[in-house]
Amino acid sequence: MSPQPSPSGDRPKAVPRPTPETQAYWDAANRRELAIQRCTSCGKAFFYPRSSCPACYSQHVEWFVASGRARLHTYLISHRPAPGFADQVPYAIAVVELEEGPRMMTNVVGVDNTPENLVLDMDLEVDFEPRGAQLVPVFRPTGSPA
Amino acid sequence: MTLRASTAIVGAAETERIGVVPDMSALDMHAQSARLALADAGMTLADVDGVAAAGISPIAVAHYLGITPNYIDATSIGGCSFLVHVRHAAAAISAGLADVILITHGESGRSRTGAPPRAADPASPQGQFEAPYGTLGPPTLFPIGVLRYMKRYGLTHEQLASVAVAQRRWSSRVPRAMFRDLITVDDVLASRMVSYPMHLLECCLVTDGGGALVVTSAARAKAVPGPKPAVYVLGTGEAAETPLVSMMEDFTTSKAFEVSASRAFAEAGIKASDVDHLMVYDAFAHLPIYGLEDLGFVGRGEAGAFIEEGNTSPGGTLPMNTNGGGLSYTHTGMYGMFLVQESVRQLRAEASAQVPGVQTSVAQGVGGMFMSAGTLVLGTEAAAGI
Repeated sequence: MSPQPSPSGDRPKAVPRPTPETQAYWDAANRRELAIQRCTSCGKAFFYPRSSCPACYSQHVEWFVASGRARLHTYLISHRPAPGFADQVPYAIAVVELEEGPRMMTNVVGVDNTPENLVLDMDLEVDFEPRGAQLVPVFRPTGSPA
Repeated sequence: MTLRASTAIVGAAETERIGVVPDMSALDMHAQSARLALADAGMTLADVDGVAAAGISPIAVAHYLGITPNYIDATSIGGCSFLVHVRHAAAAISAGLADVILITHGESGRSRTGAPPRAADPASPQGQFEAPYGTLGPPTLFPIGVLRYMKRYGLTHEQLASVAVAQRRWSSRVPRAMFRDLITVDDVLASRMVSYPMHLLECCLVTDGGGALVVTSAARAKAVPGPKPAVYVLGTGEAAETPLVSMMEDFTTSKAFEVSASRAFAEAGIKASDVDHLMVYDAFAHLPIYGLEDLGFVGRGEAGAFIEEGNTSPGGTLPMNTNGGGLSYTHTGMYGMFLVQESVRQLRAEASAQVPGVQTSVAQGVGGMFMSAGTLVLGTEAAAGI
């Protein structure tokens, strides 16, 4: 490992910039809704947002609000803060599997991010956190206080 | 039509210095390794009609060298780009598009001298769906599937650490390696936690350096032999899975490794048991584990024990990462060039940690975070059967 760029506690967390095909996802997040897409040809739900289905290439896709229930699929715990994360290290960068099938990267909130607390396949539910003016989906252990 | 043994690597060289080289720009490392590889091939720039490079444009490399190539390959798909350049060169040369193709790498990964900026686009899929969660380069992304692998197959932290231990056994015999002191599993587990479950010694170096290859037709290699034995390109593969590590289909295997390697093995007409020497791109300690399984050297879930038992160490049945790898030798950022360099050295019997009797060597590269892959099956004249 090397001299790494010095982490800056001053800079804010990275803010996503929507594109036309992802705008609905980010607009929904700002309403505290986790909206994902489903293919009306093959029925498969998918993430990240696209204008066509990655399973069958149909362009007949629709948005729906996911249940917000998920399981912890895998994660790592970073000991080096990205901008805006200086007061959170070490923190987990996780992949969750939504009840509807697709997986997504996220953070796990409402619990200390330790290997003991973060057990693969534990039940999680969606919550939202700000990145600038944008809310982004994060997940907390099911039933933990918001 | 098969491309098996239709082309050969006739020149190969690394920059004179690797490791910490702040007094050379990335571009100049391309140029120096080009010069050294051509000398190694007994050729000059006048012989070259094709240029391939990644990281820096092959146009910049060609102009810096003062040549006007009629074949250009700017394939830039991460650290395996150079293996894929060899694949494309084999196709192009066989199709008559070029006669002699120069493939160059140079990266000021550590010193950042003349290095292109690292940009993160907040509108890219990564910028939208990964960066907001605190990603900061490969340590925060590449190992994300390791815990899933551990749960599925029972891989232990000690077995993961044994990858670094095995490779240090190799680098202890390699004077150019950055890290050469032998280490134990306890040393690895006592090193600083970078990104759980990866400790510092399970993460690659970040260095400066470069390398280049000269590829030409097997016919030319036979008709105009250079100073060194030609290394034949027996089989090649390339594949892409996903630009987002979080979107991997299965976190316990690289689909790109499987697709790329199976194609290369089929073209070469080999099976895993035919391989004398193996290089697997090791940006982190879990990659050789995935590689051994995805390429079919061991069964699913067996690679950790296989490495821990010493099978890939000096004297083992499957010598792997014999330069010490990205964990101990060098890792400029796009490390794949150094995989090929070591395979060539082993096949020419000129490696620092030489394995006796290497006839067939496989180099398995990765690009990005399991984003893409490239595979080369390389062999001696005897292995090529020509």
